[in-house]
Amino acid sequence: MSKKEILRIVDLHKSFGDNEVLKGISLSLKQGETKVVIGTSGTGKSTMLNNINMLIPPDKGHIYLEDVDVTTTHDISRIRQQIGFVFQDFGLFDHLTAKGNIMIGLTKVKKMKKSEAEELAMFELERVGLQDFADSYPAQLSGGQKQRVGIARALAMQPKLILFDEPTSALDPELIGEVLTVMRDLAREGMTMLIVTHEMGFAKSVSDEIIFMENGKIVEQGPPEQLFNNPREERTKEFLFKLNELYGEGGA
Amino acid sequence: MVIDKLQLVWSSLPNLLEGALVTIKLTIAGLGLGIILGLPLAFGQIYGNYLIRGLVSVYERVLRSIPLLVILFLIFYGFPNAGIKFSPFIAAVLGIGLRSAAYQSQIYRGAIQSVSGTQMKAALSLGMNRVQAFIYIILPQAVRIAIPPFANEAAIVLKDTSLAYALGVIELLRHGSYIIATTFEPMTIYLTIAAIYFIMTVTINTILGKLEERMKIPGIGVEGGSR
Amino acid sequence: MADFFQLFMDSFPALMDGLGVTIMLTVISIILGTVLGIFLSLGKVYGSKIVSGVITVFIELIRGTPLLAQLFILYFGLPPYGIRLPALAVALIGFTINSGCYQAEYLRGSIQSVSSGQIRAALSIGMTKWQGIRYIVLPQALRRVIPSWTNEFIYLLKYTSLAYIIGAPEMMTQAKFIASRNYEFFKVYLIVALIYLVIVLFFTQLFKWLENKVKIPGFEYIR
Repeated sequence: MSKKEILRIVDLHKSFGDNEVLKGISLSLKQGETKVVIGTSGTGKSTMLNNINMLIPPDKGHIYLEDVDVTTTHDISRIRQQIGFVFQDFGLFDHLTAKGNIMIGLTKVKKMKKSEAEELAMFELERVGLQDFADSYPAQLSGGQKQRVGIARALAMQPKLILFDEPTSALDPELIGEVLTVMRDLAREGMTMLIVTHEMGFAKSVSDEIIFMENGKIVEQGPPEQLFNNPREERTKEFLFKLNELYGEGGA
Repeated sequence: MVIDKLQLVWSSLPNLLEGALVTIKLTIAGLGLGIILGLPLAFGQIYGNYLIRGLVSVYERVLRSIPLLVILFLIFYGFPNAGIKFSPFIAAVLGIGLRSAAYQSQIYRGAIQSVSGTQMKAALSLGMNRVQAFIYIILPQAVRIAIPPFANEAAIVLKDTSLAYALGVIELLRHGSYIIATTFEPMTIYLTIAAIYFIMTVTINTILGKLEERMKIPGIGVEGGSR
Repeated sequence: MADFFQLFMDSFPALMDGLGVTIMLTVISIILGTVLGIFLSLGKVYGSKIVSGVITVFIELIRGTPLLAQLFILYFGLPPYGIRLPALAVALIGFTINSGCYQAEYLRGSIQSVSSGQIRAALSIGMTKWQGIRYIVLPQALRRVIPSWTNEFIYLLKYTSLAYIIGAPEMMTQAKFIASRNYEFFKVYLIVALIYLVIVLFFTQLFKWLENKVKIPGFEYIR
């Protein structure tokens, strides 16, 4: 059974001044797939995610959300509603409670009624296990809780796809687990996800495919077992070797 | 028409600049008095005993709560009651200075207290006494921190010297109203006066900004004050 | 002392009338000034180069000149051009413009202190830039600006006394009126000073209490 293609990126280029960060990235994501992008810092992974919902517009190339070309659409807000984004630094609205953070997109963007929005917000908070923190402000939440609210906020918009930009990088080690658990559940439920992360153990266990990027290019992509155990490219081997030296066998 | 107005501005300028000179004198005297009184007030507030701290607080509170115009009138009408007579100019300087002292005292106190306590400890640990530590370690840092809010206060004092008009001091605005009485061109004259004030505030900010720049040390700097 | 008390009682009603005007002037101009300040600051931060430049020049001109000179321009400068406004209206307009420019600067700083991440997050859930500004940036900026705003209120309360110089019927004008009949200038102004002191202390405490009431975690005020 061939599933519907949700996202297709074709030959993406992006430079900041003289620095070419993306040098022709192409990839695609089918409904229900989870793909994880790995690679050293500064190789353009985060820029690519920001290109997808045009928070940073690419210089060249095309991005298709189903049939719509994101790079030429006249209503980018409409596209962004359908693409969830989870930030490294959470991106919670500091003046709103956990519940308010989820509701504001529903009421102001989707024009949902307040009572409906509240119901949905509570549902999503429960999904990430934070129903008891609905009235807490971001400043009162731990990093892990903040990120779970961030995920709930993305989920509430009922996106076709969620982008995760190093969702656990800003967390203390003991808080990473709770966020990964939520993400693992989402993968199991069939959410379509593109994840940039350094959590190799997590990448191995949830992804359908690993994408290894370096210097603005995709060096190698494939199923996790193959890429981790039998990398074809020399650069991938070196990267994995360094990881093992740093974190021990099996990654962090 | 425009030529006429320019002509008028040109011919009024000597007179207005004379007024501006009075405004400058009021500003310098008022600020000076503010420094002379503000520094001891700040020291009293930081190093004084309970009673002194309380008195300084009350002084600051009261002077900062009453409009300058009321302060000026109290001085202008109050001292003659007590048999002390002085010119409107002196009354204006006293009023402006006494009020500015209350604000300046806060600036100095804030600057001194924002130099961390560790600095004093470190100085004492080298064998300095408290006075030495203050002069060589605390003060050089506090002065730099105090410059931006002081510049702000200076600009406020400059603008507020215009209230001396109400006491009859022949400062910039008053000179202007004299000229208007004979030329009937209020808009032109008051706009010219506004321009002169603007140039003076910009000058104050530029000079003190330069001073701040020259004294700048990496790591010591504080955002400018407010109104 | 008994004399003073008698004087106090005699002049109190008229002074209270004046105080009413003083407070009305303050409240109306601070509110209109806030509205003006919001527009000016948004234009300065988010407007085009020209809009931003024009606003900057305007704000700096107002902040760089005395309020009294501004009142004189409006009160004495406009009539030859056929615009004759009563003193009270001039005072309201003058205070509003003046306060609006100061508030614009406080707000600008506050808007710029809201992290750019907040706007990105707003865009990411499908908000337009203006929705992001309206629902995310501005509410946070306004919260952060509350201490400056209350300071501004107190400043304005005191500076409304300048309306006396152009003859608007606020408290100082009433005081002058009373004093010019009984020649007790010093005592009358002393009473005015006491009233200002009480009113300023009252509003200061009121704002402190209110700030505490509306404070939310993460937005604690640093004074």
